[in-house]
Amino acid sequence: MSGRLSPGIIVILTLLTAFVFAAAGADLLAQNDPLRQSLLMRLRPPGTSTATTSYLLGTDDLGRDLLARILYGARASLLVATLSVSISLLVGTILGLLAGWLRGWTAILVMRFVDTMLSIPAILLAVLTVAVLGPGFLTLVLVLGLTRWPRYTRVAFAQTLQVVTLPYIRAAEMAGCGPMRILLRHILPNIAGPLMVVATSEFGLMILFEAGLSFLGLGVQPPYPSWGSIMAAGRQYVQRAWWLTVFPGAALFVLVLCVNLLGDWLRDRVDPTSRSR
Amino acid sequence: MIRHLAGRVGQAIVATFGVLTIVFFIMRLSGDPTLLLVPEGATAEQIAELRHELGFDRPLLVQYVAYLSDLAHLDLGESLVQRAGVAGIVAERIPYTVALATGALLVALGIGIPAGVAMAVWRGSVLERALAAFVLTGQSLPTFWSGILLILLFGVALGWLPTSGADSLQSLIMPSIALGALTMSTFARMTRIAVLDELSRAYVTAARARGLSMRAAVLRHVLRNASIPVVTIAALEVGNLLAGAVIVETVFAWPGIGQLAIQSIASRDFLVVQAIVLFVSTVYIGMNLLADIAYAIIDPRIRLKR
Amino acid sequence: MTAPALSVDNLSLAIGDAVVVDGIGFSVAQGEVMAIVGESGCGKSITAQAIMRLLPPAIRRTSGTIRLGDDDITAISERAMQAIRGRRMSMIFQEPQAALDPLATIGTQIAEALRQPLSRARPAVRKMLEDVGISDPDRRVDQRPFELSGGMCQRVMIACALISRPTILIADEPSTALDVTIQAQVLDLLRHLAIERRTAVVLITHDMGVVADIANRVAVMYAGRIAESGPTEAIFAAPRHPYTALLLASIPRLSDTPKSQLATIEGRVPTPAEYGSGCRFANRCPRADARCSNETPRLRSIGPDHFTACHHAEAMA
Repeated sequence: MSGRLSPGIIVILTLLTAFVFAAAGADLLAQNDPLRQSLLMRLRPPGTSTATTSYLLGTDDLGRDLLARILYGARASLLVATLSVSISLLVGTILGLLAGWLRGWTAILVMRFVDTMLSIPAILLAVLTVAVLGPGFLTLVLVLGLTRWPRYTRVAFAQTLQVVTLPYIRAAEMAGCGPMRILLRHILPNIAGPLMVVATSEFGLMILFEAGLSFLGLGVQPPYPSWGSIMAAGRQYVQRAWWLTVFPGAALFVLVLCVNLLGDWLRDRVDPTSRSR
Repeated sequence: MIRHLAGRVGQAIVATFGVLTIVFFIMRLSGDPTLLLVPEGATAEQIAELRHELGFDRPLLVQYVAYLSDLAHLDLGESLVQRAGVAGIVAERIPYTVALATGALLVALGIGIPAGVAMAVWRGSVLERALAAFVLTGQSLPTFWSGILLILLFGVALGWLPTSGADSLQSLIMPSIALGALTMSTFARMTRIAVLDELSRAYVTAARARGLSMRAAVLRHVLRNASIPVVTIAALEVGNLLAGAVIVETVFAWPGIGQLAIQSIASRDFLVVQAIVLFVSTVYIGMNLLADIAYAIIDPRIRLKR
Repeated sequence: MTAPALSVDNLSLAIGDAVVVDGIGFSVAQGEVMAIVGESGCGKSITAQAIMRLLPPAIRRTSGTIRLGDDDITAISERAMQAIRGRRMSMIFQEPQAALDPLATIGTQIAEALRQPLSRARPAVRKMLEDVGISDPDRRVDQRPFELSGGMCQRVMIACALISRPTILIADEPSTALDVTIQAQVLDLLRHLAIERRTAVVLITHDMGVVADIANRVAVMYAGRIAESGPTEAIFAAPRHPYTALLLASIPRLSDTPKSQLATIEGRVPTPAEYGSGCRFANRCPRADARCSNETPRLRSIGPDHFTACHHAEAMA
């Protein structure tokens, strides 16, 4: 992967970096404490200011600064997505590699399991598991991580099958390389490209899932801010406080849009034959 | 073809068993499923009594067999919260979700497929770029955000459409659009790729060499060939629609099984939740099988293979 | 003298800025088989597509005229062109199974060339299948391409192409993708039908053996230009361009002594970026001199109906 980056992709990467910085530096950027409630300042429109401070994007139903909550909410979205994708990627790739390397019964079992897991709509599985185990950040990450791995396994399996037949793998085997070495040094780098493409699109999806589950009350629990839970409150007060819906949603939309565009760009670079754009 | 389909049916059965087993284990993830189902403030005696009554004190294997046999008889248990049969509670809400899913599917197909075809046929034009942006938006829009925005715009600001409930056909419009948006973009993308693939094939040039216009070649030859992969995707998307319905029904207070699932979680009515997950998963598997059958029928290469 | 069935004059095609076909011209008379022969990449296939106006979007025509009999079809509307394709001018392609819609019956596709639904055209389609030598035509009409062999698919293509009795048939490597024995049958069929129906055939090929087999006249293309053209016999007997001579020499012959070296041409075909001024074959030509590299040889007459683009043509006698 080489070549100059087009201006479009630079804009996208800049925006994404901005999101990461906003999340990481929320402490510094937020003017107000996102958890501090104030009955006096409930449901104030954007631009409201008092003697002591100002609320650029308005306040929510408990008087908390929306801008601060959005900045901190970015943490929830990015952390959940990063951690769950990492888990799925790890589990999925390992299973796919094993299935592709060992083939035979291992492959059949693994892929049947994959097919079964893919037969269940993920969000329902997530809903059920979270319901049973009780909502929370860790539960959310684990549930998302352990329900999405099949997508990675499919790709890892197919790619490993292709790579394993390449002559230089046989050569490495004959030279006495142990299987671990071959898997890690030779096969993994070759299948990394398509896996990264899946990871990027899954990243966007996980951001949406986290927001969706938080919206339903099954994700990040109050009082910690998540864009989804802010919008759940926004649904209740939709007639009185449009800003509770529009701003977090816009943040979510822009972030997911950037991630999706990045994924498309990556796919074109890594696998031009898949021709999505 | 029969042998091919028999294999698919076999796979569907295996998948169904897999789903049943996974759900069985999830329900026991927290240790004692009785604790999930007891009302608040029950004494230890009452819990033990309930545990025995529901059979959760039996060995796991016995429980599993009983579970499977109950399901085979369509016995989904009785809700302790609502004091009624779970099957009945769920069945009452199913038509609403079906209506919503149908509406969303119509939106997705009606917009997505023509958009995909247009993007492929007029590749590189301004139209294609506009459609691509439109499709990308549909893919990136969070369902609940677009849902609430729709309510804000058409319900609150303009007052054209009802903001919640399922009273009339008009109340189906906004939820269908919100739910169908993501699926629409998937259809558009898939159709575009399928049509582009076909357009690059030699038979299109050969058809034009016989005197067909590009339009006739597309209508008569390309679309049918391109529909094969799209049909498979359509079935998978129905599953996604059912899952997405959970959110849309909550946003629009639509009385389907999605809303029921969330309400049941809030009221700790886990047998209902379990029933819903089983139902949706079975439908999803069934739709996949249907897609395979449809695929086999449309593509005569499979139909006529011995 | 009646106008030739097809005449192409000064045709140039470009991809972006690169000129890939440079001012070529030829003509084909009624009932004649004209071969255009050359290595891959010399531009012969896109010339065929240009004549049918089926160029891919990346390639455009920058100059030239194309005439069908007395009619100049170079710039007519796409609609008018659609009326001509399949009726007055047809084309068959290299990979016969890929060139047929896998989901439609072959009968429907042949009937398309007649602009009729199969229900009306069935008798004509059936007769045509017989004419191209497909056995059991009544059953075959309703079959799909995957049920037929490669050779039979090519016959179906020929049926599509000839059913409306066009004046011109363009055959783009019709036998290349087929087994050797089937090749001979298909070529035979082509020649037979051409003679019987007085169709003018433009045969694109890279195989000099095929040229010797059925072509009356041949044009040798190299790097987007015509190197030599004329009657097949004359050219095979006494080639007047070094490239033609080397092409002929590289065909293995029964008279070769066993284990003798196969004759090859050193180097490879230049890409458009590598075209310089002067003769494009100069860097591989055993006769090349300074003049060849600087001055582009023009296509000129060297005998009755025999043209060559080489400064040293006379020296090859």
